[in-house]
Amino acid sequence: MSLIKVTIDNIEVEVEPGTTILNAARKIGGAVVPPTMCYYSKLEGSGGKCRSCLVKVAQGSTKDPRPMPKLVASCRTAVMDGMVVQNITSPEVMENRRAITEFLLLNHPLDCPVCDQAGECHLQDLSYEHGLVDTETVEERRTFAPIDIGDKIKLHMNRCILCYRCVMVANQLTDQRVHGVLGRGDHSEISTFITRAIDNDFSGNMIDVCPVGALTDKTFRFKSRVWFTKPFDAHRDCPKCSGKVVLWKKGDEILRVTGRKDKYGELEDFICNDCRFEHKENSDWVIEGPRKIERHSVISQNHYETEVRNRSNQSQ
Amino acid sequence: MAQQILLNNIEVPGLASFDVYRKLGGYTSVEKTLKNFTPDEVTAEVKKSGLRGRGGAGFPAGMKWGFIDKSTNNPRYFVCNFDESEPGTFKDRHIGQLNPHQLIEGMILGSYALGARTSYIYIRGELFYVLRIIEKAIEEAYANGFLGENILGSGYSLDLYCQPGGGAYICGEETALIESLEGKRGNPRIKPPFPAIVGLYDCPTVVNNVETISALPWIMNNGADAYSAIGIANSKGTKLISACGHINKPGIYEIELGLPVEEFIYSDQYCGGIRNGNKLKAVVAGGSSVPILPAELILKTAKGEPRLMSYESLAEGGFETGTMLGSGGFIVMDDTTCIVKNLLTFARFYHHESCGQCSPCREGTGWMEKILQRIEDGRGTMKDIDLLVGISKHIEGNTICPLGDAAAWPVASAVRHFRQEFEDHVKLQKCPLSK
Ligand SMILES: Cc1cc2nc3c(=O)[nH]c(=O)nc-3n(C[C@H](O)[C@H](O)[C@H](O)COP(=O)(O)O)c2cc1C
Ligand code: SF4
Ligand code: SF4
Ligand code: FES
Repeated sequence: MSLIKVTIDNIEVEVEPGTTILNAARKIGGAVVPPTMCYYSKLEGSGGKCRSCLVKVAQGSTKDPRPMPKLVASCRTAVMDGMVVQNITSPEVMENRRAITEFLLLNHPLDCPVCDQAGECHLQDLSYEHGLVDTETVEERRTFAPIDIGDKIKLHMNRCILCYRCVMVANQLTDQRVHGVLGRGDHSEISTFITRAIDNDFSGNMIDVCPVGALTDKTFRFKSRVWFTKPFDAHRDCPKCSGKVVLWKKGDEILRVTGRKDKYGELEDFICNDCRFEHKENSDWVIEGPRKIERHSVISQNHYETEVRNRSNQSQ
Repeated sequence: MAQQILLNNIEVPGLASFDVYRKLGGYTSVEKTLKNFTPDEVTAEVKKSGLRGRGGAGFPAGMKWGFIDKSTNNPRYFVCNFDESEPGTFKDRHIGQLNPHQLIEGMILGSYALGARTSYIYIRGELFYVLRIIEKAIEEAYANGFLGENILGSGYSLDLYCQPGGGAYICGEETALIESLEGKRGNPRIKPPFPAIVGLYDCPTVVNNVETISALPWIMNNGADAYSAIGIANSKGTKLISACGHINKPGIYEIELGLPVEEFIYSDQYCGGIRNGNKLKAVVAGGSSVPILPAELILKTAKGEPRLMSYESLAEGGFETGTMLGSGGFIVMDDTTCIVKNLLTFARFYHHESCGQCSPCREGTGWMEKILQRIEDGRGTMKDIDLLVGISKHIEGNTICPLGDAAAWPVASAVRHFRQEFEDHVKLQKCPLSK
């Protein structure tokens, strides 16, 4: 099939028909790539929900050059030949993205100092890049008590942004989904079917797909801030999955095992619970070497704490 | 009295039974249509009639039918949206309860036109008593050969089911309705694709409102030209208006589109004027989602022309000075009404009914409710008023489905037209109308 041309923030790129605006932008790479809090390329039907990837379509296509009347979710909108898209070059997009960030933070506890995800949290990154320094909300936040869903996974519903990724993991990767979204609106919650434990070979992946610290690994040993651990690529012969993982080590100790994430924070392969939860000795693994974290984030830049300090200075 | 198409026989005792309905000429449109019209000819006739969707958006019915994908061998579905839950709208229930056979007759015509072999009436869960009436009527229609195999020997077969929902406003949004009908959580789908291509069970589907469908028998009996002779401009036919609030005669009225708003409010034939001789303050003309208008703008457009009950006239002036006909939920407020409190009631509703899928609506609806509660309680600030408008702007157009817009429009319009009243709440630190 012949390629079609699309222009994003004045940069032209050729992609296959059917490609989304987001993936066309990812093909260009760099600053023109919209942030994604719910889309996950490996999960069918994901995206469209968080609205952080909204962009402006200034020209629909060569055939029909009219602009689209509203901002569109780039993760769920296919490109057309001759489409002209504005992301960071549109003040309207930037303003609305700021607003979306604010919406996402409205009920978020901002308990980063005690959250296991701090340093690798997409919401932290998003708010650093797009949020307001001076947050407007004085509103009370909704609160839920943290619960155990099974003996390996902890759910802090307060932090959930309802991206539905974990539900899709359960739907698409495991035999029987026992958890989903209960309730409606901002009182919705992720929960299991009549407090059933989530227990099957691939359920642990929901921890990795969760963009925030709502689902965390209870077996994370000797709780440590992520940026004090060092990631290593490693593998083992696993009958259930690819066995390709990242070991997060402090000194010689393996504190945590996760899947390998690309620069957009998406897993390259889903891994099984055996690898994730049951193999925390160096002798379990063939260590390939230190992993370069590509994702542009506060953790990889290793200056999370300076940024937090800067931000709190600014808001004074 | 204006032409009555939908409520013609509504007061006849026992109309809900097959025999009474049949004696009054019921189901003749089915006999006529299956014999004399091909499915595409029915669609053409509906197109020509100018009938527009009565569920809120006013999309031309025939045009929507024309989009249905007939190129595949997949089944096609015709679905009736009987989820009616918009505050101020209570017209569909009236039809379902008193004249269910008219709806069923319309379902047969629409299903035939679209080539649907199985059709559904999706009814709001709280209307379980209407569900029973419709189910009984469906049974009667089967027993008399108007549903089931080989209807009237025409070779066309149709099964019709009435399925109750759980009672969620969002399940009235057509793609959420489809999800719910499939047995899933009623979250709206991301469009495109539209239901005409990928709908129920991923097959081509048309969803229409109860009132839209109930107009079909009359159109097929009397012809498209007769229908389009009623009404004005691109607002053809009659429309049910459920009128409520501070009027002397709340109720359900069938009006000819184009009726002056002033006549509708003040004439004894309709609302009969404002209660206690009070002054009219504001009207929400098309169900809680549409922009509120102050008395001067609902009676006359900004250009000074009389405002008419029609799609075009009510929309005249855009959102600056106009509104929408919407679903026909006509809410009238006299000068004892606190606009902030009314808006708070609406905001609470949208907050409660948001499905929670997309962040602007999920978070923004609750935020607006909190701020409005604060202002109404006398704890608000001037900054809150602008914040409110800002939030509504950031919800509008940024959501998966129009519920977000429906929550934003009332807020933006109330502040636009009644800003002083919001400021008075802040200044007095209480509701100026409270004792
Ligand atoms: C939040 C929301 C609620 C809705 N509720 C209803 C409803 O209760 N009944 C209805 O007919 N249409 C409702 N609609 C409109 C439907 O999505 C759809 O447009 C309509 O059923 C189409 O029928 P029509 O073309 O005959 O009007 C709703 C839309 C939204 C966004
Ligand atoms: S728990 Fe995490 S992955 Fe699941 S919906 Fe919430 S934020 Fe998304
Ligand atoms: S706009 Fe509201 S109701 Fe519609 S999909 Fe989004 S959260 Fe759900
Ligand atoms: S990433 Fe596109 S809407 Fe969430």
